[in-house]
Amino acid sequence: MEAQEIKAMIERGLPGAHVEVRDFTGGGDHFEALVVSESFEGKGLVERHQAVYGALGDAMKARIHALTLKVMTPNQYQNRR
Amino acid sequence: MADAIERIRTTIASDRIVIFMKGNRNFPQCGFSAATIEVFEELGAPYTTVDVLADQEVRDAVKSYSNWPTIPQVFINGKFVGGCDIVREMHSSGELQTLVKAALSESAHQ
Repeated sequence: MEAQEIKAMIERGLPGAHVEVRDFTGGGDHFEALVVSESFEGKGLVERHQAVYGALGDAMKARIHALTLKVMTPNQYQNRR
Repeated sequence: MADAIERIRTTIASDRIVIFMKGNRNFPQCGFSAATIEVFEELGAPYTTVDVLADQEVRDAVKSYSNWPTIPQVFINGKFVGGCDIVREMHSSGELQTLVKAALSESAHQ
């Protein structure tokens, strides 16, 4: 699995989101992702992560061993920098 | 599966903090499980662990119970709180300490 493929899947599931994905072992199964989406507004962390997992569907069960997630609203992302 | 879900319900109802993990507290078998129990060790909070590697049925059932595809999974007061990322984030924001303190003081009153 490629980081690029994961990025595309998340973007498809969460239209308009800013997504960055990094393969942090280089082995194609441990990834790190930053997802910034308007749709996270008013949602807790569990729901936000579930939305990202939902976009990844079966890939999350089979091909991705680990995905470290950072999830933010555009506001949180702005204030962070 | 129904039986495994029932066992999960019983476990998370009987103990305040329950962590479904790979391995056990002395020998975590995955870095994410290790990092998660590390947080609770640091808080000095008592927790129960369930080794999903020892029980494939529970491993599958807990994922469908919480609608969460990965292990570890943390339950406090019977409620799903999150996995490794969320627990660590809540720990650094201080939210976890508040939740744990409330959960433990409730049990002290019983």
